[in-house]
Amino acid sequence: MDSDIGFWTVPLAILGGAIRVSTPFIFVSLGETITERSGRINLGLEGTLVFGAMTAYAVAVSSGSPWLGVLAAAVAGTAFGAFHGWICKFPKVNDIAIGIAMMLFGMGLAFFFGKPFIQPSAPDLPAIPFGAWSDIPQVRAALNVNVLFLVGVALAVFLWWAFRNTRAGLIVRVVGDNSDAARAMGLNPNTVRLISTAIGGAFAGVGGAYLSLYYPGSWNEGISSGQGLMAVALVIFARWNPLGCFAAALLFGGAGALGPALQSVGVTQGYYLFYAAPYVLTLAIMIATSSRGRSLAGAPGELSVTK
Amino acid sequence: MTDATTRSADHALSDGALFSTQLEWIARRAEPLAIPIGALIVGLALFSLFIAAVGKSPSELFELMWRGGFGSMFSIQNTLSRAAPLLLAALCVALPARLGLVVIGGEGAIVLGGVAAAALGTALSGAPAMLTIVLMAIAGMIAGGIWIGAVGALRHYRAVNETISSLLMAYIAIALMNHLVEGPLRDPASLNKPSTEPLAEAYRIGNIPGMDVHWGLVVGIVACVLSWILIEKTRWGFAARIAGDNVRAAQLQGLAVGPLIVGFCALAGAFAGLAGMIEVSAVQGSANGSLAVGYGYTGILVAFLARHNPLAIIPVAILLGGIDASGGLIQRRMDLPDATVLVLQGMLFVVILFSETFYGRFRIFNPDLWKRNA
Repeated sequence: MDSDIGFWTVPLAILGGAIRVSTPFIFVSLGETITERSGRINLGLEGTLVFGAMTAYAVAVSSGSPWLGVLAAAVAGTAFGAFHGWICKFPKVNDIAIGIAMMLFGMGLAFFFGKPFIQPSAPDLPAIPFGAWSDIPQVRAALNVNVLFLVGVALAVFLWWAFRNTRAGLIVRVVGDNSDAARAMGLNPNTVRLISTAIGGAFAGVGGAYLSLYYPGSWNEGISSGQGLMAVALVIFARWNPLGCFAAALLFGGAGALGPALQSVGVTQGYYLFYAAPYVLTLAIMIATSSRGRSLAGAPGELSVTK
Repeated sequence: MTDATTRSADHALSDGALFSTQLEWIARRAEPLAIPIGALIVGLALFSLFIAAVGKSPSELFELMWRGGFGSMFSIQNTLSRAAPLLLAALCVALPARLGLVVIGGEGAIVLGGVAAAALGTALSGAPAMLTIVLMAIAGMIAGGIWIGAVGALRHYRAVNETISSLLMAYIAIALMNHLVEGPLRDPASLNKPSTEPLAEAYRIGNIPGMDVHWGLVVGIVACVLSWILIEKTRWGFAARIAGDNVRAAQLQGLAVGPLIVGFCALAGAFAGLAGMIEVSAVQGSANGSLAVGYGYTGILVAFLARHNPLAIIPVAILLGGIDASGGLIQRRMDLPDATVLVLQGMLFVVILFSETFYGRFRIFNPDLWKRNA
């Protein structure tokens, strides 16, 4: 390291880490927002994320194109989401429990088919060097922003707009708030939820593709450590608002980058405790923002998780 | 019951009535047995299709599964050893489920229970063996009980979703274990696999006499039976079932729902913590990363398969322990990845949950529908 910027290493590393680590959170939480706005919760996104990571990596290795990998992950995620959406339409089938089962199933399938892809290396997704103006390597590293992050930003803004201003956004919100009202309007809640869950799955698949094709950028069985689940909690914290999801994802990414950032400046005490930072933060936020007797502002009326 | 007193003049009619009551009794009880078994068969059939689709022989797989899980004395003992922690991990899901809570973070309680037991066991070295083992079990149960009890308290007093909070707490517990095992509690001699100091031989739980299965199996079965008695035969269990059906109705009846939820969750966590203590004392000999191998997650599947009935957990845990035990053999003989077992578990889980939709749908299990047809 030629340029010594002292204390600033840590906040810079956290900023860079936030941008790097948050991307899967952004995609999963945006997808989950669509699903939850339609009145269902899909805890299986953790499995979808892992399966998406494996699919993207396998396709990128075989085809040489990372973008084909992203596409394949989105298709796989759609299939997982659609399955969840379909099976939950039957009476007495619990969407949360099915999510847990799909999480197990998705991870099982990913590990099953992913075994041969642990060794080879896949082409990375491209990043844009926004920090090229700077001479300081840490600044350059922090501002090396992946294309998918930018796509995530655009999606967050688009969804925020679409929920308010488009017919599709209105349909999803009506179905999520009151099935009976939706039926009275001639909508089929099950179909809307199936589509919403399928889109949510596609987003989670893309989030997984980011994990295996950019950061950390390899496929192994420990690639996701609960990001898919934290994203579900994050959606509640963000009050089902896509822009809130984006902000929360950045916050979580920063918390996740805290451990490695401190380690890079030589803080090794309690290193493993810093790994718990995102989980502690999620839990603290959930406790702070929930309250007994008062339903959550902005919560879809049909959502079982807030009842 | 004596024939002479019950039979009246028109005994032919009462015989018929008795027979049909018995039939109704059987039909009503057959449903919760027939549907899970049917789902199990469908799940295995789907899994066969999957195995056939990847170009392997399903019949060979099932044969190996049988041989690896139940085919010999050795494999049966292996199966029972694996079932032991699953019994307790499943109780950690089943008890809160009776109150309508979906707690899936038992892994965290297992891990912390194991660490607490190991820490106490090394601190007390030199104390009488029996006393120390009991204290270790209590320490594990307290650690696990606090962990899951907190999930219940957050649920009831702050309306924090228990499914997500318990899972987050499981990740926090694993990070805490890594911190303790790599730092303050680390045995400097453990190089490749950071562990706490090995327990003295006297503090290790041995095997059941005449078997190669540790005492954890007995502990697990006793815990299941006690839990069944708690739920079915005590007033707390009765109150819990009412609260599980309808929280508001239970509150209107004056039931203390809060303490009930926290108490059941704490007990559930205590069982998981006990599983961690047994894993340390009977299997590992110290607390290390092997505590988090997924017993907590397989326990979720066991509990759902058993429909949260503590007695049904016993055969289901043995069945899944057998599938687990055969994993190594399948991997070696058929060149399938070790995740094959995970795929099977996931498939079974989905099919079992799907089968919930069939309760009350089959005429044969529902005597109320028989007459309507006539």
